[in-house]
Amino acid sequence: MTVAIRQSWQVNLRCLRAFVRQPAWVAIALVQPVIWLLLFGALFKRVVEIPGFEGGSYIVFLTPGVAVMTAVMSAGWNGMGFIEDMDKGVLDRMLVTPLWRGALNAGTLLYALLTIAMQVVIIIGIGYAAGASFVNGVLGVAILVLVASLLGGAIAALSNALALVAKQRETLIGAVTFVTLPLTFLSSTFMQSSLEPGWVSAIARFNPVNWAVEAGRAAVTADTDWTLVGTRIALLAALLLAAATLATKAFNAYQRSI
Amino acid sequence: MEAAILARDVRKSYGEVRALAGLTFTVPSGTIFGLLGPNGAGKSTSVKVLTALTRPDSGRAEVAGADVLAAPQRVRRAIGVVGQRHGSADEATGRENLVLQGTLYGLGRNDLRRRSAELLERFGLADAADRIVRTYSGGMRRRLDLALGLLNRPRVLFLDEPTTGLDPEARAALWAEIERLASEEAMTILLTTHYLEEADRLASELAIVDRGRIVASGTPDELKSELKGDSVQVELADAGPHAPVREALDRVAGLRAVQVQGRLVHARADRGATAVPEVLSALESVGVKVASVTTARPSLDDVYLRHAGRAFTDADMEVAA
Repeated sequence: MTVAIRQSWQVNLRCLRAFVRQPAWVAIALVQPVIWLLLFGALFKRVVEIPGFEGGSYIVFLTPGVAVMTAVMSAGWNGMGFIEDMDKGVLDRMLVTPLWRGALNAGTLLYALLTIAMQVVIIIGIGYAAGASFVNGVLGVAILVLVASLLGGAIAALSNALALVAKQRETLIGAVTFVTLPLTFLSSTFMQSSLEPGWVSAIARFNPVNWAVEAGRAAVTADTDWTLVGTRIALLAALLLAAATLATKAFNAYQRSI
Repeated sequence: MEAAILARDVRKSYGEVRALAGLTFTVPSGTIFGLLGPNGAGKSTSVKVLTALTRPDSGRAEVAGADVLAAPQRVRRAIGVVGQRHGSADEATGRENLVLQGTLYGLGRNDLRRRSAELLERFGLADAADRIVRTYSGGMRRRLDLALGLLNRPRVLFLDEPTTGLDPEARAALWAEIERLASEEAMTILLTTHYLEEADRLASELAIVDRGRIVASGTPDELKSELKGDSVQVELADAGPHAPVREALDRVAGLRAVQVQGRLVHARADRGATAVPEVLSALESVGVKVASVTTARPSLDDVYLRHAGRAFTDADMEVAA
């Protein structure tokens, strides 16, 4: 077991070092969410005037949504690391050693969780500067970071699994582009669910992105529904576990195909 | 002698493509065994199966006494692998690569530190140890690949086309290192290559692979002595019909195994020097113009030609086309 932990930690260290040596991509990854946050925040400022909209500030409503969205967008690219390693022969070199296959996943997921948490904190900071407020203080913000990271971790694991099966950049790019945006819009990220068309809120109930948005928003806005927060955290944790198991299984599929 | 590697009727297909069509060979312990063949012959697939990276469809393979299907982890612990491509992470330093690799083998911290330093020193990478691998030269990267493959003190080392893309100097240095490993450390080495001279120089025994099976095996000298006489190669000025060429050459005494491929004619003769004028006059008599004639002592190239039924370079071209 300790060997498995050491292996996962070394895989994570490798990612972290690469990141520290080239930190520019954090800024690049943040450009889009910042635009969404500031542009949508300004554009739909008067959404709050729609009858039935609860709460008085759109930026307060929007910030937790964009925080989750940042996690989704960033995590989708996680599998790209595996594809690069495949192309360079690094992955095969590691797979001929007796390492625990799960370490490659656990290590990259840990790295994804750390970087996603960091990005989410930055978005929350920008939201705060733009006028958002967070009830429940640090606890609420911590829960928002947690749900965004759990969701991000699950998506990162699915991205790893897809990378191992598809083995091509194009497939991963296609999947991320076609899946993340609809998932984000089929949730209450930008609009209160009671004001959305019925079919959207119906789909949103089964959408993990929506689970994270609901829980994260509930944690930082007034009249927190703690049952909702708790069940959504449990659902997201279960999803992460299932996705990570799937990603580790995907190594078998990869090794059969080469 | 105990067999370090054993393959029996190993088969593997990728969809419609048959990569291994019943591969069978044995590598005795402590030898350098060369697997020689053109691109696409199945060399790399053989290595993937024997290193438990992928599973064969059928057949049996054992490495260091462990079955690749039943006990892949035992195989992995006993072997070192240097792949065709660079296996090192190029965004990390040489030392970081070694530490990660050692952790994957479950080496203890102190042992790993000592072993990494030792290998960096031995491969002349001590000064570059803390530099990012991307800044290394091709030869340095190859030496790091070798260090990564040797980290766990393997009993059987797989080298998949280790010198492809290296300059002559780096290639010679790597050859010397491979010979040293086999003689001083009594390691069994399986080397795949598509350089005939490399197999000739390094391997104590070799097998020629073509279309997923072994077509000939033995020591380089055994394989070459199977071929009696010299090779004669004629380059025709124009690619005309083959029949008259063949007919003319059949009349030349002492000329055998005539093969015509496009503008190239391969044949064997007891004495190349005496055959040349006769070949020229025979071709002239039927009006075929000759661009050049060469003769040579038997080489592995000829061995390959004889067993695979086509010239080595042509087989390579087939894959490229």
